[in-house]
Amino acid sequence: MNNVQLPKRHYLNADYNVWSWLLSTDHKRIGILYMISLTLFFFVGGAAAVLFRLELMTPGGDLVLSETYNKLFTLHGVIMVWFFLIPSVPTVLGNFFLPMMIGARDLAFPRLNLASWYLFVGGGLFTVWAMLTGGVDTGWTFYTPYSSTYANTRVMLTAIGVFVSGFSTILTGMNFIVTIHTMRAPGMTWFRLPLFVWAHYANSLIMVLATPVLAVTLLLIGMERVLGVGVFDPNLGGDPLLFQHLFWFYSHPAVYLMILPGMGVVSEVITCFARKGIFGYTFIAFSSLAIAVLGFLVWGHHMFVSGQSVLASLTFSFLSMLIAVPSAVKVFNWTATLHKGSISLDTPMLYALGFIGLFTMGGLTGLFLATLAVDQHVHDTYFVVAHFHYIMVGGMVMGYLAGIHFWWPKMTGRLYPEWWGRFSAVLIFFGFNLTFFPQYLLGYLGMPRRYHVYPDEFQVLNVMSTAGASILGVGYLIPLVYLIWSLRYGKIAGPNPWQATGLEWQTPSPPPTFNFDETPSVTERPYQYSPWTPQTAPPPEPELAAAETTSP
Amino acid sequence: MDKSFRLFPEAASTAAPAVDRLYFFLLAVSSFFTLLICVAILYFAVKYRRSASFARSADYGSPWKLEVTWSLIPLALTMVMFFWGAVLYFRSHRAPPESAKVSVVGKQWMWKIQHAGGKQEINALHLPVGRPVQLTMISEDVIHSFYVPAFRLKQDVLPGSYTTLWFEPTKVGRFHLFCAEYCGTSHSDMIGEVVVMDPADYSEWLQGGPTESPVEAGRRLFEQFRCGNCHAAPVRPRCPPLDGLYGSQVALSGGEMVTADEAYLRESILNPQAKVVAGYQSVMPSYEGQIDEAGLFELIAYVKSLAPPEQSSDKKQSAPQ
Repeated sequence: MNNVQLPKRHYLNADYNVWSWLLSTDHKRIGILYMISLTLFFFVGGAAAVLFRLELMTPGGDLVLSETYNKLFTLHGVIMVWFFLIPSVPTVLGNFFLPMMIGARDLAFPRLNLASWYLFVGGGLFTVWAMLTGGVDTGWTFYTPYSSTYANTRVMLTAIGVFVSGFSTILTGMNFIVTIHTMRAPGMTWFRLPLFVWAHYANSLIMVLATPVLAVTLLLIGMERVLGVGVFDPNLGGDPLLFQHLFWFYSHPAVYLMILPGMGVVSEVITCFARKGIFGYTFIAFSSLAIAVLGFLVWGHHMFVSGQSVLASLTFSFLSMLIAVPSAVKVFNWTATLHKGSISLDTPMLYALGFIGLFTMGGLTGLFLATLAVDQHVHDTYFVVAHFHYIMVGGMVMGYLAGIHFWWPKMTGRLYPEWWGRFSAVLIFFGFNLTFFPQYLLGYLGMPRRYHVYPDEFQVLNVMSTAGASILGVGYLIPLVYLIWSLRYGKIAGPNPWQATGLEWQTPSPPPTFNFDETPSVTERPYQYSPWTPQTAPPPEPELAAAETTSP
Repeated sequence: MDKSFRLFPEAASTAAPAVDRLYFFLLAVSSFFTLLICVAILYFAVKYRRSASFARSADYGSPWKLEVTWSLIPLALTMVMFFWGAVLYFRSHRAPPESAKVSVVGKQWMWKIQHAGGKQEINALHLPVGRPVQLTMISEDVIHSFYVPAFRLKQDVLPGSYTTLWFEPTKVGRFHLFCAEYCGTSHSDMIGEVVVMDPADYSEWLQGGPTESPVEAGRRLFEQFRCGNCHAAPVRPRCPPLDGLYGSQVALSGGEMVTADEAYLRESILNPQAKVVAGYQSVMPSYEGQIDEAGLFELIAYVKSLAPPEQSSDKKQSAPQ
């Protein structure tokens, strides 16, 4: 492998000055910009989690005041949901690889893509500033009338930040939909699309249809808070449950924004490291769409004890049960893909397998919450906290890290250190389970969420959780270090180090500014690993004429 | 309260063992599928590792029969969960008619509780064992949630409208009462205890301290706000009479009918224009902001106590839902 070289010209060395990054319309550079900003937000949100996990080591409120505790969990939720999880895979990996996977030179609207990043970073920095200098204590759910009339913290500023960044989400979703419809290379039919693209298609539909409802809801809070227009506060003639309906009409689909793209990554990684075609391609593709559609019809399962009618609760419980089916179909198909494969447990594969296990647990515990009588007990307890962290952290963050490791050689041209990669993947898996499994037990015991102080008998499990969180924290820092290290010292990867089949691997690493020297023409369906058949024949490598190729 | 470390909560209401049974069913199904997936992944990862030698098959498609099977089995199981959960949920929304009535006012950050006999307490709820109780709850500010883990039940407490919750304690003891809906700075201090007592101890507890029954207190408010000037005028009352009103059907000026339950009475005091009784002018001013929620409970208790005309005994009241 010593004779592999980086290509002479690629998107990273096309230009070096700051403006060539800040004003770039290259989807790959914008993807990198997103990656840097998301990493910053992730560690800000993570720092808040470290602080409140430390506080929760003891039953009393001895590290921070209640006001501070409430601001910390709000900061953690707002940052992690809107400024890390929802944008994570789509804006970094989707931005970078969606055009490449369909054989396009860029997204359909490159300048809109850049504008989306500015909206995102603008909204994000504004929110972080509002929350660090003053703080907001409503929880990320902004329930009324607490948020609209009672909270004395920076609710409006935070809401404005989230509102602004919401437009970034809408524009990104629109950009993806148009790109997938109009920019596919010759021969890239709908059923030759990699499942990563299908997942992003379903995801973008949710982004475009659900996010405006969040914008409307935040606007209504603003009207009530600033102008005194009665919408949610009964003292002003409003209805507090209306807020919950509007908020979850957005936020439940948004939960699927925080898992569908991760599912797309898993389909890519599992096939590549099992050297197997995906089991049940059409079932996985259509289950993404089924999740996107059904995801809009289950919001009321957040409100079984809110005082909504019994009939509404029955309906939402029933529909929530149905959405378990497409999720189960995905898990079964991924597992079946491993059958008779040729499996190697490289870092991306470890993360992807971790995703399947943890997502399965997160999904199954979702059934507990969808079951009406059990939800009456565990709603708003740590059981819910554990459940959604299994989906969002065990699922989405694992999926994001799987994708980052899988495509890192393509993005940078260099390999990450494999031993450290595997080590931190295993560490994160154990740290995660130690953090969040005890929270299921705490939840069934009855410990409510968002409690600054708690009764003594819950302490043992909380200490376990905090211990796990510190392992998890270290686990996340290791990749940060070695990935940066690999930018300079990592082994040169070559165009296709994993011998994958997608179009993005049939071009040099890092790719040239316009991705492909000539538009690829697609002749094969995806995931043909045995025998290995890429979706298009690899191009001759003019830039590497002197170097020998690294054929398998 | 048992303060020792435990992994499973005490069960102290009639609802709790039923919820626990359903929980164990869910746990069994979930554990089975989690193990199935994890064992399959580990088995495949070892058996089909790259260095292993075995005859590797070429790609094969997915047989649709298999796909249908593993769609239908989860569907069937989730339908069992749905129906089982729904039956228990229904039960938790249908209070036995003989339930003792307790009114609960939540406010930042305390629980104010008043028993039917007038006894009041704060952040504590004393109950006799083996007797169903129905709480009618309202908040004076933001949303709270009345949660007793040992009973496996919670219900949000809303500003502006009543919600109810019923349960039947089965065990003598002290149990946690938590506010489960985030309600601001001291959310985690909005806690208390439910004290379940032997009926004899309970009656003794009920005797202690000065009490004024909610009906009596309501009558005082009724006189203080001079409600009777219109509602109980001896000749040609300008407002509808209140005797026997509670639980009856009321014809409105718009033509529709409503049942005069607690929610209707509360709305008619605070926002009289919302539902005007047929045959009357809407002349009543709003009492919004003049009577607190505890006072409204008392005023409504007094209106509920007013016997229907030509009948001496109290009307049998059915619990509003």
